[in-house]
Amino acid sequence: MNKVISSPDPLQRNIKTIVNASLPRRHAAERRFRWYGLIAVSLGLAFVVLMFGNIISKGYPAFWQTYIQVPIQFDPAVIDPQGNRDPQALQSADYAALVRAGMRRMFPAVEGRLELRALYGLVSSDGALELQNRVLQNPELIGAEQEIWLLASANVDTLIKGNIERSLDETERPIKDNQIGWVDQLQAAGQIEKQFNTILFSSGDSREPEQAGIRGALMGSFYTLLITFLLSFPIGVATAVYLEEFAPKNRWTDLIEVNINNLAAVPSIVFGLLGLAVFINFFGLPRSAPLVGGLVLSLMTLPVIIIAGRAALTSVPPSIREAALGVGASKLQMVGHHVLPLAMPGMLTGSIIGMARALGESAPLLMIGMVAFIVDVPKSFTDPATVLPVQIFLWSDLPERAFVERTSAAIMVLLAFMIVMNGLAIILRKRFERRW
Amino acid sequence: MFIYLFLSLLLLSAGAYHLGRKRAFVVANGHIRKLHSLPSFYGSYTALWCFLPALIVFGLWITFQQGFIIDLVVAGMPPELRNLPPDQLNLVVNDLKNLVGGNFVSSAPNPAMLAAADHYRHLRTVGNAALWVTVLSLAILGVVHAWRAISPTLRARNRVERVVNVFLIASSTIAIFTTLGIVLSVVFESILFFQKVPISEFLFGLQWSPQTALRADQTGSSGAFGSVPLFAGTLLISGIAMVIAVPIGLMSALFLSEYATPKFRAVAKPALEVLAGIPTVVYGFFAALTVAPLIREIGTSMGLHVASESALAAGLVMGIMIIPFVSSLSDDVINAVPQSMRDGSYALGATKSETIKRVLLPAALPGIVGSILLAVSRAIGETMIVVMAAGLSANLTANPLEAVTTVTVQIVTLLTGDQEFDSPKTLAAFALGLMLFIVTLILNIIALQVVRKYREQYE
Repeated sequence: MNKVISSPDPLQRNIKTIVNASLPRRHAAERRFRWYGLIAVSLGLAFVVLMFGNIISKGYPAFWQTYIQVPIQFDPAVIDPQGNRDPQALQSADYAALVRAGMRRMFPAVEGRLELRALYGLVSSDGALELQNRVLQNPELIGAEQEIWLLASANVDTLIKGNIERSLDETERPIKDNQIGWVDQLQAAGQIEKQFNTILFSSGDSREPEQAGIRGALMGSFYTLLITFLLSFPIGVATAVYLEEFAPKNRWTDLIEVNINNLAAVPSIVFGLLGLAVFINFFGLPRSAPLVGGLVLSLMTLPVIIIAGRAALTSVPPSIREAALGVGASKLQMVGHHVLPLAMPGMLTGSIIGMARALGESAPLLMIGMVAFIVDVPKSFTDPATVLPVQIFLWSDLPERAFVERTSAAIMVLLAFMIVMNGLAIILRKRFERRW
Repeated sequence: MFIYLFLSLLLLSAGAYHLGRKRAFVVANGHIRKLHSLPSFYGSYTALWCFLPALIVFGLWITFQQGFIIDLVVAGMPPELRNLPPDQLNLVVNDLKNLVGGNFVSSAPNPAMLAAADHYRHLRTVGNAALWVTVLSLAILGVVHAWRAISPTLRARNRVERVVNVFLIASSTIAIFTTLGIVLSVVFESILFFQKVPISEFLFGLQWSPQTALRADQTGSSGAFGSVPLFAGTLLISGIAMVIAVPIGLMSALFLSEYATPKFRAVAKPALEVLAGIPTVVYGFFAALTVAPLIREIGTSMGLHVASESALAAGLVMGIMIIPFVSSLSDDVINAVPQSMRDGSYALGATKSETIKRVLLPAALPGIVGSILLAVSRAIGETMIVVMAAGLSANLTANPLEAVTTVTVQIVTLLTGDQEFDSPKTLAAFALGLMLFIVTLILNIIALQVVRKYREQYE
């Protein structure tokens, strides 16, 4: 052997030079290939960063909302002309007039119908409601005078957040020159401030961006997911247990298996068609209800839970089963007392991931009417409702800049829920996962 | 209301469990080993007798209650209302329901309607009270029956286990019923559709404008149902998505499994999979508000005409969404290739990239094709991104800068809002759904088969 390598055989030397000559090229190809891979991974990671950066940079201002301090005189002549503090009268009084009077007192120089209307447009129509609530809670207020922070209109809010180009021509921006002047005066006087946006979390949908919140959508999502979980978890676990522990190996169980694998890959919108044709048209369940949404989503989530559940069951070693059977347990006792508790963390992990997916799902819910404009916060499983992702879809269609901001904020809330749920699944897996 | 009844039923069953268990101890007379089953099985036996019959009656009752009450109310209406033709009677019944629910009604309520509404409310109260009584007494009867049946020789365990077994089998058939439900619902409506529109026109027609005319002489709304432009649009957008997702996903998978250090892999792999967890509505928002205007700006600065809802924007973002599918599926496939094949190639002096290109990829090819097929089926069925970022008008074009529409977009637009179930417009959505289901099903079956064959090859 040694002899061959050291011998100056012309053929050998020839091969060696050929190989050596090709080496730089091959190594360059190697480096290039490596770079392609690195670029691909970085592109993928860059997309993640870009998406989150884009959403967060658009959405975080929505967590603050602009308020204007207005001197309000609770004029008895307007609120309670009879003077008997009748709750009915207090309820129906013209509080908007108080707001208007307050605005006029701040800018006494403003005159003319158009000018005045522009001035009143600085505060949201929500102000009247706010005053009504205060008076109903505390009738003592009548006759008093108070400086009250009222919700500014969406345009003022957008201006304060710097999202309206002041240099634009007046006709091209939603807020007029005189309004900008007033806002600047108020700002100089410290009568404008940004407060934490509680409305976003406490109210339902609205046509006015500054009054729109995600509470209705959150409650809708909650009811929908509750139904989804209550249905899909027990059924999914039962199916996994049956297929893994009890089912005979025959054509029927093969069919079930193939079915489950295929259902996991059926487009979600097809489930929406199923919900529309079967639950709404055939069974006559109410449209737009979390009940129907939950039913559709549980059919979608079932395959996920079943597949995860079976994986968790197969990871329990057979020795456990044999030991249980050996001491005289019935098959069901063996499963219920030993196998299932050991497989439960894995099953829960799979279910949480399935639920997170259901939380982000919107296409099938469009089919069953959960896309309506609903102001009220749903209170039961059959109230018309929408869910968080569908609310995002609805808001994203609206042209106002203030809604873009709120849409991004709603997305942030949705993503936060997803992160919490997936984090929970990871913790569960880390904490309870056993290696046999 | 119903929830309270259900909860009381649950509570009662919990009580029944304890009763049954105690009873077992009593009949055993202190010799528990004389019992056929463990005492807890006697408890479960009693609880099941309490819960199941009552639950079945409960379920049937709430399914049929409303229809029954409406029949009764209609029968009690004055004859001029009762003898209306069915469609008008339907309107009256709807008004009645709204009246009872305290909602707006289409016309001012007349005395007959008000009386009917009162009748309805009365019947409903009576019905609900009867429901409570029936369900709860059935539950108690069940407990009494079980209580009396309990004896040391009662094979309680076998009976309880039989019930559980039935529940397990019933659960496992739900997957079958779901598929059956999907097939039946889309096929049934599609057959109705194909009675109105010939199937050849639907499959091969080049025109899609589902607005049907309200009047015969109306112009511009002929109602053409040729689905070719929709499928062309779907293919265009999915094609763009695959052009983005396949190279990036595949190269990422190769890099992460062959080159990356374990540390980098541990960070980068989950970070990439975050993309799969983001809801599609977020991608849609991103596509419509960030990517589409950007592409338009770039295109216009290069002197191109770009539609504001270009196929490119939707396809691009969909591609980003698909990356993790391709990468994690191909990652599995690449890891399944035995190490001995790599070692053999290295021993012959091949570099890493040569091993990947000449050995790994050919060996993993079937699996990779399978995962790409799964990704394609995902892209075809994807809805929210295209609903938010792609157009509505059905253009038959291959230019990615123009607006196209897709099958899923059309299903959503045809079915959101008010619908009537006999118009071809609504039924067309189901026909499209059928096509979508068939296409994705075929892709999935082929893909799963290919992947399974491939796995077996190396096991």
